[in-house]
Amino acid sequence: MKLIDKIYDLMDNKKYKYSTFAAMFAVMALLPLFLDNYILNVLWNAMFYMLLALGLNIIVGYCGMCDLGYAAKFAIGAYMTGILIKSFNWNFWLTIPVSILVSIIAAILVGAPTLKLRSDYLAIVTLGFAEIVRITARNLEITGSAAGINSITRPDFFGIHLTKISHWYYVFLILVVLFIFISSRIRNSRFGRALTYIREDEDAAQAMGVNTTRYKLYAYIVGAVLGGITGSFFAVKMTSISPGSFDFTQSANIMLAVILGGMGKIPGVIAGAAFFAIFPEVFRDVPIVGNMRMLFFGILLIVVMITRPQGLWPERKQRK
Amino acid sequence: MSFWEVILQQIINGLILGSFYALIALGYSMVYGIIKLLNFAHGDIYMTGAFACLSVFGVLSGLIPGWPGIILSIVAAMIFSGCIGYLAQRFAYRPLLGAPRLSLLITAIGVSLIIYNSVMVVTNSQPLFFTSGIDNAAGIQIGNITITYIQIILISVSALLMIGLTLFIGRTMTGKAMRAISLDKETCKLMGINVNKIIGLTFIIGSALAAIAGGLACVYYGNVQYNMGYTIGIKAFTAAVIGGIGSIPGAMLGGLLLGLLEAIGTQFLGSSWKDVFAFGLLILILILRPNGLLGKSEIERM
Repeated sequence: MKLIDKIYDLMDNKKYKYSTFAAMFAVMALLPLFLDNYILNVLWNAMFYMLLALGLNIIVGYCGMCDLGYAAKFAIGAYMTGILIKSFNWNFWLTIPVSILVSIIAAILVGAPTLKLRSDYLAIVTLGFAEIVRITARNLEITGSAAGINSITRPDFFGIHLTKISHWYYVFLILVVLFIFISSRIRNSRFGRALTYIREDEDAAQAMGVNTTRYKLYAYIVGAVLGGITGSFFAVKMTSISPGSFDFTQSANIMLAVILGGMGKIPGVIAGAAFFAIFPEVFRDVPIVGNMRMLFFGILLIVVMITRPQGLWPERKQRK
Repeated sequence: MSFWEVILQQIINGLILGSFYALIALGYSMVYGIIKLLNFAHGDIYMTGAFACLSVFGVLSGLIPGWPGIILSIVAAMIFSGCIGYLAQRFAYRPLLGAPRLSLLITAIGVSLIIYNSVMVVTNSQPLFFTSGIDNAAGIQIGNITITYIQIILISVSALLMIGLTLFIGRTMTGKAMRAISLDKETCKLMGINVNKIIGLTFIIGSALAAIAGGLACVYYGNVQYNMGYTIGIKAFTAAVIGGIGSIPGAMLGGLLLGLLEAIGTQFLGSSWKDVFAFGLLILILILRPNGLLGKSEIERM
């Protein structure tokens, strides 16, 4: 705990921020040399959740919108890539722009009519949309029905055929760095400040001339695009995808990772996602407890919400 | 069966389904109306009601078989689920009443996880079967259409409950207090209303209604499983939103409407698409009538 606090303080400190970050990146980059495949896979899973959590963080953490259907956003990316590779023999790298495009269209279709409604309605609409996506994937022929899409070809990257777990470890590590970069650039931009304003007080933001509906839609689109990209990479890493991976539990998990870590703060979100991916692994082999881990998780969630409503590592208010 | 007979049969099925939705939607709507919380755990409360009814009847059926036993079991289920609803409110929601809405929603997801996973562990993920000793298929035959006695009982019980609840909210002092709290909690405190007690009572009533739905579902479908509350919970919330959340008649109307449309949609689109149909309808109604069919427009306070 103390160590985490220390790292966290360092990340907050302007002077040491970049060097701390670089040091952590270096440690992460060297890890595959020492660790076995099982642990690498757990870490890969943690990074996968980090990507999803960073994407959702734009929607929930920056803008304060409640999205309970984030699994649908990454399902769209995963299925686009899966279908294009499997049924149309596309190159993986070319499917990413398509995933992004479809994510944008889906986000506009869902977001444009609903983002100006009451915030709770957004929660239920996103949840409903996620169910629509999942059930559609389960019913259609092209998405492989309930069995999903199997044996998706893995891509090449400058002549390296990406098959080993360590390859994917590095791919996702680069993605995490990229997503952190995007998130922090947004955070410190005019757009990011507008989102924070909307989260803190939507009426005041509107009164100050922020076009709240439009900015909320932008945030929603950015979140969906990041989810779509993650989905595309998920599809080729796993080589098989099925509707079961995109159910409500998945959306709730991503949401909880963001909330638990501390909405809006990038290190908090990353820590939340890492905790979320590693916590079940630790308890997996313990009998009885293994089955009850989600039960403990529920209790933990309530305790955290009551004692620290802003999450474990919340964003500090910039000025009182 | 001719086309119209099929439609008529589907309308009956839809009304049954709609009654379930309406009973659960009432709980959502009452809680939302009073503390603006989307009570995510409500579907799971319904599930606990079904399990409580099944367990109590398992013990009772030797002594009091048939309908008296079932009624007693449902009453026991109401008490049990009412307690769970109250406890959730007391320990999870009340400490967060002043907190941001998002925290309250997350807490509700936490409560849902706890109930869902406890039942999953206790029942070992297996479905349990309910044998009431009542002939479920017995009923009235009109032409090719069958209306079973149990369906008639189901629809009349829900109709009676809805009328009773409307009278309770509209005519009694407690009901008046509930309506007052939904308008302005702070002023209610100044007027000497015990706000926490009324909120607790709202949870108990909402949970008891869900437990009745759970008990009836247990008799009607004959089996219960730990995940039975999830989809129906979302559908009931959809129904509450369609009718206009916070409005009691709206919840009933929304529930029946959703049930009917879903039954007819299933007839034409096939059962694998029925959830897509229901959620598509939700999005459509929110676009066309953002406050639901009977909801009042209101300015959101953050």
